[in-house]
Amino acid sequence: MTQQIILYPLFLQIAIGVILLFAWYRIGFQKIFSIFGSILSVGLAGWLFYYIWTSGTQTIQAGNWEAPFGITFVADTLSATLVLLTAISGLAVSVFSAGSVLRDRLRFGYFPIFHFLLLGLNGAFLTGDIFNLYVWFEIIIISSFVLITIGGEKAQLEGAVKYFTLNILASMIFLTAIAVLYGLTGSLNMADLAGKIAEIENRGLVEITGILFLIGFGIKAGVFPLYFWLPASYHTPPFAVSAIFGGLLTKVGVYALLRVFTLIFVGDPFLDKILMVIAILTLVSGGIGALVQNNIRKVFSYLIICHIGYMIAGLGMFTEVAIAGAVFYLIHDIIVKTNLFMLSGVVYRLKGTNSMRDLGGIYAKWPRISLLLFIPLFSLVGIPPLSGFWPKINLIKAGFSGGSYITVGAIIFASFITLVIIAKLWAEVFWKDGKELPFRKNFGYFSKMKTYKRLQFLAPVALLSIISLYIGFGAEHIQELSARIADELMNNQGYIDTVLNLKK
Amino acid sequence: MEILLAIMIGVLYAAGIYMMLRRSLVKLIIGIILLGNGANLLIFFLGRITKGAPPIIPGDAKVFSEAFADPVPQALILTAIVISFGLQSFAIVLVKRAHTVVRTDDLDEMNATDEDS
Amino acid sequence: MRTTIILKTASNYLLPVLLLFSIFILLRGHYLPGGGFVGGLIASIAFILHSFANGLKKTKDILLMHPGFLIPFGLSISFLSGLAPVALFDLPFMTGLWSHDPVAILGNIGSALFFDIGVYFVVVGVTLTIIFTISESA
Repeated sequence: MTQQIILYPLFLQIAIGVILLFAWYRIGFQKIFSIFGSILSVGLAGWLFYYIWTSGTQTIQAGNWEAPFGITFVADTLSATLVLLTAISGLAVSVFSAGSVLRDRLRFGYFPIFHFLLLGLNGAFLTGDIFNLYVWFEIIIISSFVLITIGGEKAQLEGAVKYFTLNILASMIFLTAIAVLYGLTGSLNMADLAGKIAEIENRGLVEITGILFLIGFGIKAGVFPLYFWLPASYHTPPFAVSAIFGGLLTKVGVYALLRVFTLIFVGDPFLDKILMVIAILTLVSGGIGALVQNNIRKVFSYLIICHIGYMIAGLGMFTEVAIAGAVFYLIHDIIVKTNLFMLSGVVYRLKGTNSMRDLGGIYAKWPRISLLLFIPLFSLVGIPPLSGFWPKINLIKAGFSGGSYITVGAIIFASFITLVIIAKLWAEVFWKDGKELPFRKNFGYFSKMKTYKRLQFLAPVALLSIISLYIGFGAEHIQELSARIADELMNNQGYIDTVLNLKK
Repeated sequence: MEILLAIMIGVLYAAGIYMMLRRSLVKLIIGIILLGNGANLLIFFLGRITKGAPPIIPGDAKVFSEAFADPVPQALILTAIVISFGLQSFAIVLVKRAHTVVRTDDLDEMNATDEDS
Repeated sequence: MRTTIILKTASNYLLPVLLLFSIFILLRGHYLPGGGFVGGLIASIAFILHSFANGLKKTKDILLMHPGFLIPFGLSISFLSGLAPVALFDLPFMTGLWSHDPVAILGNIGSALFFDIGVYFVVVGVTLTIIFTISESA
């Protein structure tokens, strides 16, 4: 029975999703049940994490077909960590959605689809089969299409068309890459592929396949030349939806890149060079893009792109220290980016707009809320000892010891530009004297809300802020965790042996 | 057979990408459909085309006695077809909604998301 | 919309025949070509044909409920059939469980059959929901 624990997070999300589908018209029940289920899933994910932490990588063969013939589910430390983070962000966003998403939108199955999205995320993190990864990706994107279009406003639909097209294209490229990979090796199990790819003589073909994967996952992760769908769509849906998208969807792309390029296409100097160039350009272009934006959600969208660069840089340098830095940044980024989009939702409810020109004076009027919102903003910048600071040390250290000074320069540049942007945002939104904005009738201003409703806005932000603070102040724990993950990723023989059951 | 299929896949990919690059929303959907079909055929093609029997071992045998067709690509294609069925029907509904709300078929007109607000 | 009387009359008889055929396809699925997905598509074609001939409203009347509710119903059947080996025998998820003695007509009954039945309902639900939505808004 203990082996099955890997699949419990998936079972729970399916069960929640199905039960919520049955209760299609009962919005009140859906809210309560979704929050309750999310709490349960945090518990389960915590249990899974503890189990993996104490007893190492675990695997289960779905349908009892031996690997590499059946579909394998694998939980190593990276997967377990990401499942835990998904559950935590899922809980926060579930509470936030219950408070912030309008009833007209909840009517169209918001909560069931939200849980199917979480199911897809968990599945993508836990699977050990490349085609199964494709299927989970499709579950993720179909759910995300529904979430991004719910409501059907003009900007939303236009954003959705762009989001939709580019994500379909990414899936098609991913599928093409799988086809080529299957043609090359005749296998789909990632651990099995690791061995078979290494034996292939025709390295050019392997590199091309790697590049196809890089493009497919790169579109999803939002790396340099492929990110244009992201700032065109992430500011259009409801705030809760942007929160889960910003926190987790691009990170699935990063996870897939981490997995594929540490397990299947290992140590190819050409691919590593491409990754480095992409990382540098992503860091620079995302940062510069964020500088000129006025809508705070667009600023955060560009910052997502900018900070994806850190993780890609860590992957490109391909040393244990660098991978540890990338993983640490991934952990920090999921929590902080989810929190930032919820923060923009709080700001929107406080003043009724998201435009930095019109905002202002929040600190004078709501000092305590401002202090709460200060934490995620400056965690993102990484002012020591807040959480964004520590992974960069790893990355910069790896950059210096590997002699890639341009990357180090780009990382430092991106950190400074983030500081500038967040400082500007803080000044414009919180410190500047507020203008009197035209009062909007029928708008749910924060000041008009009842206490429990306010709590639904602030509690998730507070929860994630506390976790951010923990990542910052308890950095030695996270550092230990990411070092262990990096060790597992770099010495992938353990993973392969566990999946293929070679370890007797 | 192989060479014909290879050309066919190439044409489907090219036509799909070309259609996706047009400005019309309807052509965008046609492009997605063509590209999906091309990808499915590619899986089929790269799984090696064999004139073989179905991969079912008789009850009294342990191994295959004759050439057999690889079942995995077929399973993959079936999955991919089901997925693309869902995606394409969603695409049609989305495009229809977008057309009624934005009142245009031209992708270049869809720039409300780039407005500075 | 004008429809020919031939189509109208034929669709009334075709509906039960197609539904029976879809069940036949569903049941033979594990040994021969067929299965839940194809069966579900055939069943939804039966209803779509009926709606072409008699109008959407009449088809909805014979369906008794919104087809969307077939989705969670089918999903739960499929999910439970996958969960059965976990809960009952502590085998991995979706391991095939098979009865020892074959049943008349059906052959050996296994958890795969229930999975297929679930898929059948999901496909009918999804397809009809999509087609009804598109044709209502047209």
